[in-house]
Amino acid sequence: MVRADRSVAVCSALLHLRGRRPTRIDLPESRGPTLKSIATTYNRGLHRFAIVLACWTFLLIIAGALVSSNDAGLSVPDWPTSFGSWYKIPKLVGGVKFEHTHRMIAQGAGLLTIILAIWTWRAEKRRWLRFLAIGAVGTVVAQGVLGGLTVLFFLPPPISSAHAALAQTFFCLAVAMAVFTGQKWIEEQPRIEFDQRRPSLFTLTLLSIFVLYVQLLLGAMFRHHGMSWWPHVVHAVVVSFVLAWTAIRALTAYPQIEAIRRPAILMISLVIAQLCLGFTAFLTRVAWGRDAVQPELPMVVSTVAHVAVGALLLATTVILAIQTWRHVPVAFEERLPQTQSNPTTA
Amino acid sequence: MNRKNWITVSVSVLALSALLALGACSKKENTEQSSNATEQPAAAPAVTPIDPATVATVNGTVKFDGTAPKPAKIDMSQDPGCKGTNEAESIDVSGGDLANVFVYVKDGLGNRTFDVPKDAVVLDQSGCKYHPHVLGVMAGQTVQIKNDDPTTHNIHPTPKDNREWNESQPPSSPALEKTFAREEIMLPVKCNQHPWMKMYINVVKSPFFAVTDKSGKYEIKGLPPGDYTIAFVHEKLGEQDQKVTVGPKDTKTVDQSFKAM
Repeated sequence: MVRADRSVAVCSALLHLRGRRPTRIDLPESRGPTLKSIATTYNRGLHRFAIVLACWTFLLIIAGALVSSNDAGLSVPDWPTSFGSWYKIPKLVGGVKFEHTHRMIAQGAGLLTIILAIWTWRAEKRRWLRFLAIGAVGTVVAQGVLGGLTVLFFLPPPISSAHAALAQTFFCLAVAMAVFTGQKWIEEQPRIEFDQRRPSLFTLTLLSIFVLYVQLLLGAMFRHHGMSWWPHVVHAVVVSFVLAWTAIRALTAYPQIEAIRRPAILMISLVIAQLCLGFTAFLTRVAWGRDAVQPELPMVVSTVAHVAVGALLLATTVILAIQTWRHVPVAFEERLPQTQSNPTTA
Repeated sequence: MNRKNWITVSVSVLALSALLALGACSKKENTEQSSNATEQPAAAPAVTPIDPATVATVNGTVKFDGTAPKPAKIDMSQDPGCKGTNEAESIDVSGGDLANVFVYVKDGLGNRTFDVPKDAVVLDQSGCKYHPHVLGVMAGQTVQIKNDDPTTHNIHPTPKDNREWNESQPPSSPALEKTFAREEIMLPVKCNQHPWMKMYINVVKSPFFAVTDKSGKYEIKGLPPGDYTIAFVHEKLGEQDQKVTVGPKDTKTVDQSFKAM
């Protein structure tokens, strides 16, 4: 009870700090004031289903990377049918093995997303989360259409790159759904510390997401023959700098907050792994494999791993941003009397 | 981050994406418009007669200078239906003779026009390879594409000036018949099911072309007397031109050599 009261106080102070009016507070008859979000109960089934969707999406990203790495994007020349059929599975040899498997996993992802949206809509009390689930359905539909357009228009680099970028956006959505439905998110009281440094950690995490997204687009354009390799390589320096800055700030300023420390450590580890994989992919594909007769195993493995770790890196950065938003809100001194800058006094 | 900064970042991302998409889409549209517009060639002017009693012949041998690179190995294990020779044909050198060079009269024919042959040119898929590897065809002439393999292929030309298409061809299915409307040299054709399968179609407006055989030899017959530029084009080694003058009933030998790049 004391815990709930403190949460209400802290959240109210936080909302004031953000210059907003507090949202509606439910007042149960016998238990005193409780925020609507705190009243949300943990739904283990829904959470596990969201995790399954996130894992399935990661598998789908790997399958998609295998398609482009094996130059198999047009091995099934029609869409939405496959060789004129809606349901028949063609002989899975050559490029068809990669392309049709990718299509089947994608259909599974669409189905899982629809189920998750219906489940969330029925079981979830948080209105924003229900709309997020509906947004995920819209994203997966848009992703399917983009995939179809890549086939029908013979892999135009902008559409193929948009397909690659939206895939990772959807992966981030699925991971965020898994985080928001998790027990820790629902039941644990966040440890809040106001961030008075500039730029704030939250700003840095948003900047990290932005540079990663630009890097994702540059890499996708290079992979789909719409751009040279050098913008992607040059921008990798910018990405490394921004993400290292963000991770160092998170680890030095808030090492005591586990929800920030863990994604920050994972993020910087993934950056190092991604740089190594990027270098390997460059060697195998650009330096050594330029005149290759066909995609060779080292170039396929290194490129697919580079795409997969890139997706994990983007999702980890998104989680860091979400946890920062939750645990380290930005303090606006100009709106706050000095006595209220300490949340414990609120 | 305050609201203003957040809006700035969002607008920047959207603007970047929109610019990328717009730039590339407009390029694609232009390509499609130009290819669609020329798919049906305009009515050709009357064919210019050539006196068969005066025609000349140009022949020769194309050589490769230096040590030829070892042919790259092909791994066909991903499809049990593929049992072809496992060497790539990108630089096909035998005893210094260079095969698969497209030789054609690039300049000197003026405004002459020529009948399009009624016979189709055959492109065969067997052993999960294209035969021939380099093909010459006149604009508007039919290319008959056959599949003699026990597996499905897809034929996917990726032209710059002609219409792009991608069709699947299962085993024992009827031959596909296609034409290319515009002149285009070294138009790549590939199979997305078997990524090593590549060949090149050369579309020209005159019948004066040839492809070097295994001994590097070529021959262009029926050429009216005149001054010409003969172009030698190789998929990897690029293009080299030579000037030649042929008189009535001449037979001129024009040899050419390519150096390793």
